[in-house]
Amino acid sequence: MIGFFTLFEKEFLRFWKVSFQTVAAPVLTALLYLLIFGHVLDEHVQVHGVRYASFLIPGLVMMQVLQNAFANSSSSLIQAKITGSIVFVLLPPIPYSAFFAAYVLAAVVRGLMVGLGVLVATVWFAELKVVAPLWIVAFSVLGGALFGAAGMIAGIWAEKFDQLAAFQNFLIMPLTMLSGVFYSIHSLPAFWQGVSHYNPVFYMIDGFRYGFFGVSDVPPENSLAVVVACFLAMSWLTLRLLKQGWKLRA
Amino acid sequence: MLPAVSIVDVVKHFGALKALAGVSLEIGQGEFFGLLGPNGAGKTTLISCLAGLVRPDSGRLSVLGHDVTKDFREARRNLGVVPQELVFDPFFNVRETLRIQSGYFGIRKNDDWIDEILENLDLTSKADVNMRRLSGGMKRRVLVAQALVHKPPVIVLDEPTAGVDVELRQGLWQFIRRLNGEGHTIILTTHYLEEAEALCNRIALMKQGKVVALDTTANLMAAHPGASLEEVFVRTLQS
Repeated sequence: MIGFFTLFEKEFLRFWKVSFQTVAAPVLTALLYLLIFGHVLDEHVQVHGVRYASFLIPGLVMMQVLQNAFANSSSSLIQAKITGSIVFVLLPPIPYSAFFAAYVLAAVVRGLMVGLGVLVATVWFAELKVVAPLWIVAFSVLGGALFGAAGMIAGIWAEKFDQLAAFQNFLIMPLTMLSGVFYSIHSLPAFWQGVSHYNPVFYMIDGFRYGFFGVSDVPPENSLAVVVACFLAMSWLTLRLLKQGWKLRA
Repeated sequence: MLPAVSIVDVVKHFGALKALAGVSLEIGQGEFFGLLGPNGAGKTTLISCLAGLVRPDSGRLSVLGHDVTKDFREARRNLGVVPQELVFDPFFNVRETLRIQSGYFGIRKNDDWIDEILENLDLTSKADVNMRRLSGGMKRRVLVAQALVHKPPVIVLDEPTAGVDVELRQGLWQFIRRLNGEGHTIILTTHYLEEAEALCNRIALMKQGKVVALDTTANLMAAHPGASLEEVFVRTLQS
């Protein structure tokens, strides 16, 4: 257990020592989204009977939780691989399950810290209530863990920073931006509504938003089932790759 | 008594390249063992197999009786490796680096031993300096310190004095000799053959993934009267 806690502590310190870049910057980005889109649309759009700026905030919070959880584990691993310092975690007797848990937990913590920061920074600009806090906690933790695990796979797979950037720009970014952060999928044509149901991020955003307003596109129980299933599948795959030493041990 | 390291018929390919072509070695506890050979001979690959960084295609390796694959946790606990490349984590200072490395091996509150290592490697004044700000020689010392932080009974030094000044070399060897005197097994690869001649009781010469000579330093030297280890090295490789 000491190995796990040390690795978690190291991963936490790694982003905390540069928190201006890893926590403050994404909070500012989310705030700018709110100021721009909220200013333009708040007077004209209501979603599920909620004013647009209020509707937007939970989506922005969850988007930043997911993107930062992914960024944490992926950037840490690729940086360690490229500099060669990965050897320091491969030489000790740390079981692969502890390795997985430490990276994912650190990713969740960074995601939640950024999410909380976004919430604190944006809550002044719109009315926000909390109807079901447990749903909020469940979706943010599970979503962060799922993206932390995905970040591990991306970080281990990528051999260069541009490969990781491609993973982020062509997979993670579209999945999060097209998941209902900025809109309800009921506003989409039927075809794109159907497509949205194949995007697991949609369920995370929708379930997370339910915790604030008590309304959602899909019942939160269904969303939770999808997110749990995706998390278990991603964890199984990551653990299997770690056990094999895929791209880590020649 | 269990051997410190047992290597039995280890083969490793990287694509078409046969990096290890059936290496067998046994290193006794308390030995100061030299693993020598030209670049590309397979020394680092063999060490990487022992450390679990590279998985052999076939063969068995164990550290103090613990198989490096089946019983990897105990094998790694008993092994300290100084890697050849000058690698470091730029987020931490020297003391943090050593505390973290110690924690990876399950040891908390290890500051007394960390202080002793820092002193012996002349790093005390650099304890709170970020790794990025250290010179190459200083970074090399920290790598040595990281390998020793969990007091491993078997210590592997893969070219630990490359790019290091004379003063540190002397200090380092004094410290390593002391550890060897206390019972630690030392496995050394180096291109400085005079160091190997002065320090190692036994030497293996590797060439193209094979062990081509394995004997005590004294016997190797006696087989070539009047020759230095460098000359013995060259003659053996040529033959």
